[in-house]
Amino acid sequence: MADTVKMATREAYGNALVELGGKNDKVVVLDADLAAATKTGSFKKAFPERFFDTGIAESNMMGVAAGLATTGYTVFASSFAMFAAGRAYEQVRNSIGYPHLNVKIGATHAGISVGEDGASHQCCEDIALMRVVPGMIVINPADDVEARAAVFAAAEIDGPVYLRFGRLAVERINNPDTYKFEIGKAVTLCEGSDVTICATGLMVGEALKAKEILANEGISAAVINFHTIKPIDKEAIIEAAKKTGAIVTAEEHSVIGGFGAAVAEVVCESVPVPVVRVGVEDTYGRSGPAVEMLHIYGLDAENIAAKARIAVGLKK
Amino acid sequence: MDAVVRKQLKIKACQARMGIIEEVFNAKSGHPGGSLSCVDILTYLYFQHMNVDPKNPKWEDRDRLVLSKGHVAPALYAVMALKGYFPVEELKTLRKSDSMLQGHPSMKLTPGVDMSTGSLGQGISTACGMALGAKLSNKNFRVYAILGDGEIQEGQVWEAAMYASAKGLDNLVAVVDNNGLQIDGKISDVNSPYPIPEKFKAFGWNVIEICAHSFDEIDAAFKAAAEFKGKPSVIVATSTKGKGVSFMEDQVSWHGAAPNAEQYEQAMSELKAALAELEA
Repeated sequence: MADTVKMATREAYGNALVELGGKNDKVVVLDADLAAATKTGSFKKAFPERFFDTGIAESNMMGVAAGLATTGYTVFASSFAMFAAGRAYEQVRNSIGYPHLNVKIGATHAGISVGEDGASHQCCEDIALMRVVPGMIVINPADDVEARAAVFAAAEIDGPVYLRFGRLAVERINNPDTYKFEIGKAVTLCEGSDVTICATGLMVGEALKAKEILANEGISAAVINFHTIKPIDKEAIIEAAKKTGAIVTAEEHSVIGGFGAAVAEVVCESVPVPVVRVGVEDTYGRSGPAVEMLHIYGLDAENIAAKARIAVGLKK
Repeated sequence: MDAVVRKQLKIKACQARMGIIEEVFNAKSGHPGGSLSCVDILTYLYFQHMNVDPKNPKWEDRDRLVLSKGHVAPALYAVMALKGYFPVEELKTLRKSDSMLQGHPSMKLTPGVDMSTGSLGQGISTACGMALGAKLSNKNFRVYAILGDGEIQEGQVWEAAMYASAKGLDNLVAVVDNNGLQIDGKISDVNSPYPIPEKFKAFGWNVIEICAHSFDEIDAAFKAAAEFKGKPSVIVATSTKGKGVSFMEDQVSWHGAAPNAEQYEQAMSELKAALAELEA
């Protein structure tokens, strides 16, 4: 935590695409008129011949991405999460997922931290939508270091990957010099004995703050970063459940069907212990500054700590 | 078109029609009407026009065909079997749980199927992606997308149409199988897409209008499309749903219904008679 770099994961996505594109000439990038916001504009500038803008037509973009992939390209198709996973859901499912094509969906502006644009653009359902697509890998990086690593790891896989990025600049939590990223492998950030906070995306940083709050109250919390939501790291969850006997999940997404649900599924089937979820509670967001939104909807360290107390209290 | 070639194509198309009836009868479900309306064009493409090798279905320089109206998979499978992608006998397994022939085309399960389709409106976009891939890699392969006239009610078709012309995808040819019927009735009654040629012209396409059952017109159309540079081409092909089986022709009820044993016998006897006449 010594490093105080702050960067949005979308920014890291754009930078990583440029870096990747320089190393691999089979990488092509598509966007649907949001290149400036998704940061694929950086790739467009570096490799204009390998960048294609489909205009405001996300459904067609996903189909074009699928077709391009059949001709031997590694395709990154980008839009806001709302449109990539929402509007184009069925194209992702049928044209990309079903034939298991080599398309990476770079979805930015995920979650409530879109802020001022409001509910129509605050997608808190995409993890649920994407993780139910058979064969789809779902990755939700916590910081810029992880976002870069995720892009490179996704490019190594021959098949569809959903990459979830945010608009808001977030504090770096990983050391770029030593960080090792492995798809499907959760990262234990700190050990604890009373409760485990399983967090994903920008909630990882909040989980680390929550741990401090809880420590002051004499509650020892472990924190695990789940950058990959599918395939979920079952071993890490089971081990945490056994070790601490209580779990709190934290995600910038609906509590229904997303990361918390994925963790609860594993816990219920393997080591039933209390699981309490932090996320958006079955509601739409609203306009306002991103950080305020996070607090209003309970996506902060204070609420994670509150839920941790509940989880500890539920232990037998 | 050379008379011998025309006759050979008619024979293949008739055999393919028998394959379609065989498939749908054995499956006890499927879509014979639209299969029969576009099978002449599929026969022409696979036997006369496309650069493909059934022994090497993943050959990277091959021409691609995307059956955007994926529900007429029986027509595609029948033609592909005749072409040698898999044994004709396989057609009897359509839609059965251990078959590689899915109700709608699957590129993962059936060798030679270039794209998984079935959800209407999506195939044309994937065809655009393939055509773009050819341009980007400086390859000469061409891409064909077969759409239904009902299918073009899907908004995605027009997203793709706009995109293909904006990017100058002249290695892409779309076919609209204009048989005038969809499940709920006449397309003009349900939600008219007419006039189809004018719509594609407005979207910047080279438009060619033909009869879908005349091999001379089909041949001329695809040759003209191949020559046309700078824009994608669309062949609006006026067809008869159920073509070649008297009681299925122009009947919306045969969109997605299988013949019973009696109807199967009648259809096959009609097609056998037609084949015998062609081979005489």
